[in-house]
Amino acid sequence: MSEVLVLVDEVDGEVKKVTFELLTAARELGEPAAVVVAAPGTAAKVKESLAAYGAAKVYVAESDDVPGYLVTPKVDVLAVLVGAASPAAVLVPATAEGKEVAGRLAVRTGSGLLIEAVGVESAGGDVVGVQSIFGGAFTVKAKVNRGTPIVTVRPGGVEAVQAPGAAVEESVKVPEVDAAKATKITGQEPVVGGDRPELTEASVVVSGGRGVGSAEKFEVVEKLADALGAAVGASRAAVDSGYYPAQFQVGQTGKTVSPQLYVALGISGAIQHRAGMQTAKTIVAVNKDAEAPIFEIADFGVVGDLFAVAPVLTDEVTKRKG
Amino acid sequence: MPNIVVLVKQVPDTYSERKLSDADHTLDRESADAVLDEINERAVEEALLLKEAHGGDVTVLSVGPDRATDAIRKALSMGADKAVHVSDPALHGACLLQTTRVLAAAIGKVDGVDLVIAGNEATDGRGGAVPAMLAEVLGYPQLTHARKVTVDGSTITVVRETDTGLTHLRASLPAVVSVGEKINEPRYPSFKGIMAAKKKPVETYTVADLGIDAAEVGLAGASTSVLEATPKPPRSAGTRVEDSGDGGAKIAEFLVGQKLI
Ligand SMILES: Cc1cc2nc3c(=O)[nH]c(=O)nc-3n(C[C@H](O)[C@H](O)[C@H](O)COP(=O)(O)OP(=O)(O)OC[C@H]3O[C@@H](n4cnc5c(N)ncnc54)[C@H](O)[C@@H]3O)c2cc1C
Ligand SMILES: Nc1ncnc2c1ncn2[C@@H]1O[C@H](COP(=O)(O)O)[C@@H](O)[C@H]1O
Repeated sequence: MSEVLVLVDEVDGEVKKVTFELLTAARELGEPAAVVVAAPGTAAKVKESLAAYGAAKVYVAESDDVPGYLVTPKVDVLAVLVGAASPAAVLVPATAEGKEVAGRLAVRTGSGLLIEAVGVESAGGDVVGVQSIFGGAFTVKAKVNRGTPIVTVRPGGVEAVQAPGAAVEESVKVPEVDAAKATKITGQEPVVGGDRPELTEASVVVSGGRGVGSAEKFEVVEKLADALGAAVGASRAAVDSGYYPAQFQVGQTGKTVSPQLYVALGISGAIQHRAGMQTAKTIVAVNKDAEAPIFEIADFGVVGDLFAVAPVLTDEVTKRKG
Repeated sequence: MPNIVVLVKQVPDTYSERKLSDADHTLDRESADAVLDEINERAVEEALLLKEAHGGDVTVLSVGPDRATDAIRKALSMGADKAVHVSDPALHGACLLQTTRVLAAAIGKVDGVDLVIAGNEATDGRGGAVPAMLAEVLGYPQLTHARKVTVDGSTITVVRETDTGLTHLRASLPAVVSVGEKINEPRYPSFKGIMAAKKKPVETYTVADLGIDAAEVGLAGASTSVLEATPKPPRSAGTRVEDSGDGGAKIAEFLVGQKLI
């Protein structure tokens, strides 16, 4: 069986859930081989969890240059492996960085690029990517005609399932950086993740919109989220008004989420917001305007003041859990 | 004095219904209103701010059908100096790789380019890849997802903002930059700007003009092909109640019924 390369997404040795989703997807196409391109010492920290999700092999490409340069060290390593291992496909997380890595790799190896897949299949010898486009309005299946299929897979698109893998290590040299073409990283200010689940990984998301009214009052959204074990999201209007940080924006130009449950508080439900959340299994909305478009797609809607409704719901949820 | 090329794309308006054509699963450009992608207005704005600070020329570049001239005119009316439009029926259904090659070739037609500025991600395909791919083809450093751009002589520094946080970047010109949604507020074209835009030069090229074989671009030569496209049935509204003090409790009941709590 041929190998399927999976670019590992990790932060300080902690593997992101999307990596496990990719390893799961890779099993549809061949034998998953995880690729760790990181600072020295990283592979030792991540190997065990990669094995737990079926990585047959772990390519280890470690160098101090990796955290020092943007995107290109990962492309360099993957390009070497595409040449050496002739993989059936390369799967990369559809994150800001992953999309760029995949794009450059496609150029460098003359390969077709499938973007934002929510699943992969093997059909008649072809690698087929399943895509959900225009905010979930269409499901598209596409294949690659040339080179090694390179697929970016959307976080949360595939459900991660454990499977034992041998995780046999093989080291790979990180090619020399070409300083003239590379971008130096001179500093990092990572966002400090709180205790809440990540937006794209959460099975429940509670979002607040302009109706929340201020940054302080977002506490009402957070309290409900914590009672439900949910991630917190925000509309663009809430982000633009400074109520909540940009990385929590849901929608056309923010995150796409497909949780089991999405709760919208004080969000009108503009088409661009819906584009990021309308594939949620169940949608609940609270809005004081009975005409708000969010009610057109809500499975359960309450016309009312979110400051009256949300705290009661928080109490009810806490009671039932306690 | 950086000469800047700004990449602008005309996309279906996110406010209208977006569709794929039944015939070949390409974007149905007739069904939706077409607009200059909002992120590209921010790219143009950033180019104009740099021009105001350092001088140089701002050239708008778009690869797209004839009607993309509307998007180009909008960018010119904001204050860009001139434009290049690559329009060719052969480009119908081009993939990301082909689009990138055409963009790179067209950039080659502009004199002394120091900086290419794009949007970080188009609202139609959400590829988020073209700026990085272009950097790969041109052999330029990429400084993408910019929240802040500073040019000092031949050095460019950018504060990149993504989900993972802020990253400080530094490289030498020439370079490719892509801008994020929070970088600036684009200016509105003034009446004077709109009038002036009508007289600004727009050079139009076919792919042959760029030295590219028409058979290499477009649907037939694309590196990916769509096998099938299925529209999803729209969601329908469920239950809606008025709150009379019991709204929260009713949601809780609903969630229990759905086994969600
Ligand atoms: C290119 C483009 C991309 C975009 N991308 C995104 C995106 O990614 N994400 C996104 O969200 N938007 C996006 N937008 C913006 C979008 O069009 C809307 O402007 C935005 O979603 C509105 O946010 P909102 O619902 O919070 O605010 P509003 O539309 O102002 O709605 C606020 C709602 O709160 C209700 N309300 C007020 N007070 C209360 C209360 N006390 N209790 C209950 N309800 C209350 C009001 O009735 C109203 O319905 C984009 C727009 C464009 C053009
Ligand atoms: N056909 C095109 N013509 C001009 N610019 C483009 C084109 N396609 C993509 N771009 C640029 O690349 C950015 C990112 O696009 P994408 O990678 O497709 O999400 C856009 O915001 C544009 O600046």
